[in-house]
Amino acid sequence: MAKEEKKSSVTEHAEKKEKKKNSSYISGKESRKISRFNRKLTKKLENDRANANKDPALYTTKMRDPNNVVEFDNMCTYFFTDIGTVKAVDGISFDIPKCSTVGVVGESGCGKSVTSLSLMQLLPRPTGQTVGGEIRFNIGNGEALNIVNTPTSKMMEIRGNRVSMIFQEPMTSLNPVFRIGAQVDEVIKLHNPDMSDEDVKNRTLDMLELVGIANKEGVYRMYPHELSGGMRQRVMIAIALACSPELIIADEPTTALDVTIQAQILDLLSDLKNKINSSIMLITHDLGVVASMADYVVVMYAGRVVEKGTAEDIFHHPAHPYTIGLMRSKPVVGKKVDELYNIPGSVPNPVDMPNYCYFRDRCEMQCDRCSGAYPPEIRISDTHVVSCYRFFDEGEVLGYPHPVNVEEL
Amino acid sequence: MAEELKVIDEYSAKLFENAENDPDNLLVVKNLVKYFPIKSSFFRKTIGNVKAVDGISFKIKRGTTMGLVGESGCGKSTIGRTILRLQPKTDGEVFFNGVDIFKLSKEELRAIRPTIQIIFQDPYSSLSPRLPVGEIIAEAVREHGIVPKEEIDDYVTRIMHACGLQEYHKDRYPHEFSGGQRQRICIARALALNPDFILCDEPVSALDVSIQAQIINLLRDLQKQFGLTYLFISHDLSVVEHISDTVGVMYLGNMVEFADTEKIFSKPLHPYTEALFSAIPVPDPDYKMNRVILEGSIPSPANPPSGCKFHTRCSKCMEVCKHFQPDFTEVEPEHFCACHLYNSAERNAMLAKMMSEQNDAAQKK
Repeated sequence: MAKEEKKSSVTEHAEKKEKKKNSSYISGKESRKISRFNRKLTKKLENDRANANKDPALYTTKMRDPNNVVEFDNMCTYFFTDIGTVKAVDGISFDIPKCSTVGVVGESGCGKSVTSLSLMQLLPRPTGQTVGGEIRFNIGNGEALNIVNTPTSKMMEIRGNRVSMIFQEPMTSLNPVFRIGAQVDEVIKLHNPDMSDEDVKNRTLDMLELVGIANKEGVYRMYPHELSGGMRQRVMIAIALACSPELIIADEPTTALDVTIQAQILDLLSDLKNKINSSIMLITHDLGVVASMADYVVVMYAGRVVEKGTAEDIFHHPAHPYTIGLMRSKPVVGKKVDELYNIPGSVPNPVDMPNYCYFRDRCEMQCDRCSGAYPPEIRISDTHVVSCYRFFDEGEVLGYPHPVNVEEL
Repeated sequence: MAEELKVIDEYSAKLFENAENDPDNLLVVKNLVKYFPIKSSFFRKTIGNVKAVDGISFKIKRGTTMGLVGESGCGKSTIGRTILRLQPKTDGEVFFNGVDIFKLSKEELRAIRPTIQIIFQDPYSSLSPRLPVGEIIAEAVREHGIVPKEEIDDYVTRIMHACGLQEYHKDRYPHEFSGGQRQRICIARALALNPDFILCDEPVSALDVSIQAQIINLLRDLQKQFGLTYLFISHDLSVVEHISDTVGVMYLGNMVEFADTEKIFSKPLHPYTEALFSAIPVPDPDYKMNRVILEGSIPSPANPPSGCKFHTRCSKCMEVCKHFQPDFTEVEPEHFCACHLYNSAERNAMLAKMMSEQNDAAQKK
């Protein structure tokens, strides 16, 4: 074991040298080494998962706060790819309280979708693995499931039933060869095997009516291609709501839609949230959508949470330079500015993240501390938490994110 | 039916009469029509038309930006492609610098091509993956002989600098760049031909918010520097408000409103414009939205509703809207709108008369 470590540190050193020459170049030898390492590691992780099947004690835990539906606690999801380990989500922590909407904002590639896929256990395994931390899902009676190592059979009871997901592209997420009715029925039948066919159909029709489809009998017999984008998204929502889940994950539900249709869908979502008492995790890159929908906002950057708080906190007192930059770079109707602010530079390479604050190189407010370790989470008000050294002296330091050392696994 | 068509023809043509002779106007589009025929599967007979663009008129002043907004499928991109003569028109006229570009011969068109350039929506698919960036930019420069052969290399470097690219990027291939940088390459490619007019077809919709801001700022800087004229097609209204001087709002192949940006955003006249603008999400949790939510979705352009095409979703729909297409008229100076709400009294009387005549005819039958 010690020998191996030594070897790996030597290779790491060589890699660093290589990277200085040309960051994107990987020699054949290195590439083989990486694949061998990936194969070994993913095999081990898969075995661990299979073993977890046997004992429920391994995957049941306690919620920190019983009023939360889901708690992410230092969750790490890595992808073991042929060019190296991509730390897509690297130690994020946030809670989703009951009956509220949490907006997750960030640019593409910041790990928003990976967070939701980890929660649903829909990661493309074995390449993608949740290697550390906990995702606690409240199953009532003060008990919780740790989704990270819940076995697939158990997960299938939860997925679609207690947590469901609305995807970005209604076009590609509905099956083109089945009628709408059959696709909604399927969910209900799967989770309620005792229900009679007629009850299932009635429930489906109720759902279609709930999401504002006037011609429900007609739509029940239609195929997805006969519907417009907005209608398809309504059907997706109906499928997601079919079992009255406690949490709905909406992954960019309106990005593919037009402004007027977007308004309809957002209205529908917030309306439904109150009707069926569930929480929504709204993933989007549109700050406008988040402002109108969310109670709590989580801002992500390069796989980490940089700021979280209530919508009021984030939109009226943004603290992290990235959040501030993001707000200023979006033109707002009715506010005339001569030139938009642009955040200089671009996101660091996910394979080779720096060991200081990820945003330092693009930041205009950096101080001396920023060259040190990645900033800890700092509480600056009751609800407002930010990861930035500018508040190091003022706020209460909560703790540093703990990345997982892949070599040690 | 014939009556309806006649009505719009008469009015719109008058509206921009002689506009092409005004040297201030770089681009004048009059009653542009573009239908895509629907062929039957066996005999290839035309059985109908998709009315992608159905009688559109607007003008763009030299050195300004016009924004074109509307829902997807309303014909924004078709307009763009047709005015560049990338596809034939069905009817109407397009004047560029006072010349009707559909009357040009092949050689004349080739001569005018460098002055009209286009930036496409998706920077991932609009760059050849087999050419290095330097060659992508230089190719058209060499073809059109913009600069002497010896100077091409320097010229390309200068253009790349203007667009925020470095000289060493020249030997790299598009796949090595991020989305924002690729869009810069597309802009450099368009700019290298020394154009007067650039059509930006959703240039920022595929990009992230912070990168969007970079590209928008770049486009504005270049406009100031080179005196460019843009037609900016987008469905993002806040971006359009930021960048444009005039805005045209489209619905189902028709222009429903066209005016200065400030005028149209502060006082939208057409009910559709009003609904569209009220649906823009504002990044402020305290902002009370009084949204005008439109019912239903956009009808099929192959079979548009009769009369005003918006009447099926309009909250202020009147009887006349169902029978006659409204004219695109100048309601206020430089504020054009196509809605029966703003008809003059005599026009209303005329329409009412025509409507009763039609009813009588129908009853007799």
